[in-house]
Amino acid sequence: MVYLTRKAEFSASHYYHNPQFTPEENRRIFGKCNNPNGHGHNYTLEVTVKGEVDPRSGFVVDLKQLKEILNREVLDALDHRFLNKEVPEFATRIPTTENIAISVWQRLQSRLERAQLHRVRVYETPDLFVDYYGE
Amino acid sequence: MKAHLTRRYWFSASHRLHSDAMSEEENRRTYGKCNNPHGHGHNYALEVTVSGSVDLATGMVCNLVDLDDFVHAQILERFGHENLNTLEAFRRRVPTTENLCREIFEILQRGFTAAHLEKVRLEETMMNSFEYAGDAEVCK
Repeated sequence: MVYLTRKAEFSASHYYHNPQFTPEENRRIFGKCNNPNGHGHNYTLEVTVKGEVDPRSGFVVDLKQLKEILNREVLDALDHRFLNKEVPEFATRIPTTENIAISVWQRLQSRLERAQLHRVRVYETPDLFVDYYGE
Repeated sequence: MKAHLTRRYWFSASHRLHSDAMSEEENRRTYGKCNNPHGHGHNYALEVTVSGSVDLATGMVCNLVDLDDFVHAQILERFGHENLNTLEAFRRRVPTTENLCREIFEILQRGFTAAHLEKVRLEETMMNSFEYAGDAEVCK
């Protein structure tokens, strides 16, 4: 089994808010991230796939295809967007780094053909990242 | 759905690698420059990984403020700008980064209860890093 990781970057804005919480609870739990006008990050995404090496091509996955899927399914949807308002799953789910990693996994999983998705890692900043393994 | 969250912190500290169980000559041979009696320092980068179900109401594994507050109070305050050899934790153990990594893991495991502690990763320099996951294997 060989693991291959492709890196990508996107920039987006978001805010944290749960309509079931009171305004006071929202402020207490989410702090500055509760500002309804949003704030932004430069996210770095690492997608790791795994599989056996194809004896003819020597590839685990065709990187060109992986890049196209990543661009189409993830970056076109998230890059330079206000996540809460423009990305359907975040109308009902808070766009935390945890939920962004889960969303990227769900967007990619059914699109991959040969290789198997192993891990999605999302860096919100260089000092904070989340890993999701589909568990 | 279970996610792993990793937060990175920094602190600077000095240490000297010296074991009372070894002769002076053996200490010099084993630890080389790190055995300099006056000590030397590093900028340590600490990565703490915790895991858990993503809370449906908050979208979080745990509130980052709780993790930051704990690490600042219990780890960065304790080790930052200290000579590690002078601390109680290293009275009987050589303050190698292996032992420091284990010590930090144990402090977190004892005191941080808001999420499951997966592992601690400690970079002594950009060239050396150490990982400890307690009884579990570091596999991810």
